[in-house]
Amino acid sequence: MEQFFQPQDLRAIAPELALTVFGLGLLVLDLIVPDKRKLGYWALAGVASAAILLFLNRNLDAATAYGGQVVVDPFADYFKLMFLLATGLTVGLSMRYLDVEGEQHGEYYALLLFAVMGMMFMAGGADMVTLYIGLETMAIATYVLVGFLRRRPRSNEASIKYFLLGAFSSGVLLYGMSLLYGISGSTNLVEIADALSRRGADPVSLIAMITVSAGMFFKIGAVPFHQWTPDAYEGAPTSVTAFMSVAVKAASFAMLLRIFLIGIGPLREQWVPVLAAVAVTTITLGNIAALRQTNVKRLLAYSSISHAGFVLLGLIAGNRTGMVAVVLYLFIYTFMNLGAWGVVVALRRGNVIGENVEDLNGLYSRNPVAAVAMLIFMLSLAGIPPTAGFIAKYHLFAAVIETGHVNVAVVAALNVAIGLYYYMRLVVAMFMAEPSEAGSVGFSRGVTSVLVITLALTILIGVYPDWFINLAQDATATLPVF
Amino acid sequence: MVSLEHYLILSVVLFTIGVIGVLSRRNILIILMSIELMMNAVNINLIAFSNQLQDVIGQVFAVFVIVVAAAEAAVGLGIVIAMFSNKETVNVGEIDLMKW
Repeated sequence: MEQFFQPQDLRAIAPELALTVFGLGLLVLDLIVPDKRKLGYWALAGVASAAILLFLNRNLDAATAYGGQVVVDPFADYFKLMFLLATGLTVGLSMRYLDVEGEQHGEYYALLLFAVMGMMFMAGGADMVTLYIGLETMAIATYVLVGFLRRRPRSNEASIKYFLLGAFSSGVLLYGMSLLYGISGSTNLVEIADALSRRGADPVSLIAMITVSAGMFFKIGAVPFHQWTPDAYEGAPTSVTAFMSVAVKAASFAMLLRIFLIGIGPLREQWVPVLAAVAVTTITLGNIAALRQTNVKRLLAYSSISHAGFVLLGLIAGNRTGMVAVVLYLFIYTFMNLGAWGVVVALRRGNVIGENVEDLNGLYSRNPVAAVAMLIFMLSLAGIPPTAGFIAKYHLFAAVIETGHVNVAVVAALNVAIGLYYYMRLVVAMFMAEPSEAGSVGFSRGVTSVLVITLALTILIGVYPDWFINLAQDATATLPVF
Repeated sequence: MVSLEHYLILSVVLFTIGVIGVLSRRNILIILMSIELMMNAVNINLIAFSNQLQDVIGQVFAVFVIVVAAAEAAVGLGIVIAMFSNKETVNVGEIDLMKW
């Protein structure tokens, strides 16, 4: 057995270490600094230093550390970059929002950093133990963040629901992992794949596959395990909801990709039909449920369920285009969705909850820039050119059609139309309805910068996607395809 | 002689009891205990396999599972306490501000 720890392994996990140091530092600073809002800048510094270390590590490609437990490859780097960007933007959204909610504490930022640290291990784990610990580090931090408004019964409720279903799904996932260990005698994903391809699809492998997939479907919020999503998203502080809908979801997808493509890759013939059924029902149910929502947070929660279904389409296709489409979709979704959530965060002021569709009424006359930004995010989420959302959906559909899954493509295409309907409901409210209250809506500096960055990227990727497609191609070059 | 199969059957039974408990019980504390039962079913699995394969990784994994379960229980009980101070209930049937 090779040596488990070597000093150079520390370099491979340097970004994670930086986040941990800054997270712990935040907990200490929380006791010293009287102006808690300043701690947000410390969190941004942590994210920035992790990003710098990630950049310096870019030549480490395909290096493994800790006896093969952690791998540093372009796939992991791509996802880590995505998490860091999402976290930086979330901090920008949070700083004023927490003041409005009256819950400005240093722990909030520390928990964000710890959650990102867990996500990075989910993206970079090559071993079930690492993946599981990463998943739980992220999940436990997120349970607390969801319940962060602890005087608010809704937040408590969201937290308890998310926690119970999250812990339950971890149990199911773990059961599958224990069976995979029994089958292969190893927790390494590559060795599991070897054992499975020797063994074929016998009942025990199938039970392992089904329990592992059920656990992962819970985490990404796919039907039939999606019930926690709208409740957790609605009750959580809006900035945390924004974080969950992009970073937590992307991390779960990173782990899902590693497990499905490498670990249980040999069972692909068995899992593709399951995945196709799950993807189609996820897209459809998510969209249909979104149609009749009156709460913007719930509406966007259902929309995020249907987007998770779309991402699964790329995995069903399973070819090179499909893989590129999956990671590109997640990257683009991060920005367009964070932008949309940013507008919702900004509507929360003083006594105004700003969560209902009516609260968007006449936003155009109260803050034209925000209304136009929201319009572009909605068009992008619906997948209309020339926004980034179109590029994302275009690649997915191309991959699905290339591999001959025409039925799936037809259902997904119909769903784009349904999606357009409910996204446009928000647009109609903003541009055509009479404002329910007078006066303009001002945005804080943090929210404004987040909106500028997300808007710029949403349009930039839409009109000039080449650079981002290349990035996605590099990231998926090492993934196996079928 | 207690064989691998015996342990696996015990683990399946424990896991099923846990799942049924989570799905049917209304008291949050009992649901938490049921989740704990599921985790321990996994641990029995891991250790049985570890013994069968004469491989230590299963035991290491089990120790990690125990640690994570402890952390999860701590956070979970914290959340229950936060909720109890607002709502004075530990019954999931009464947690109904949002559609369940």
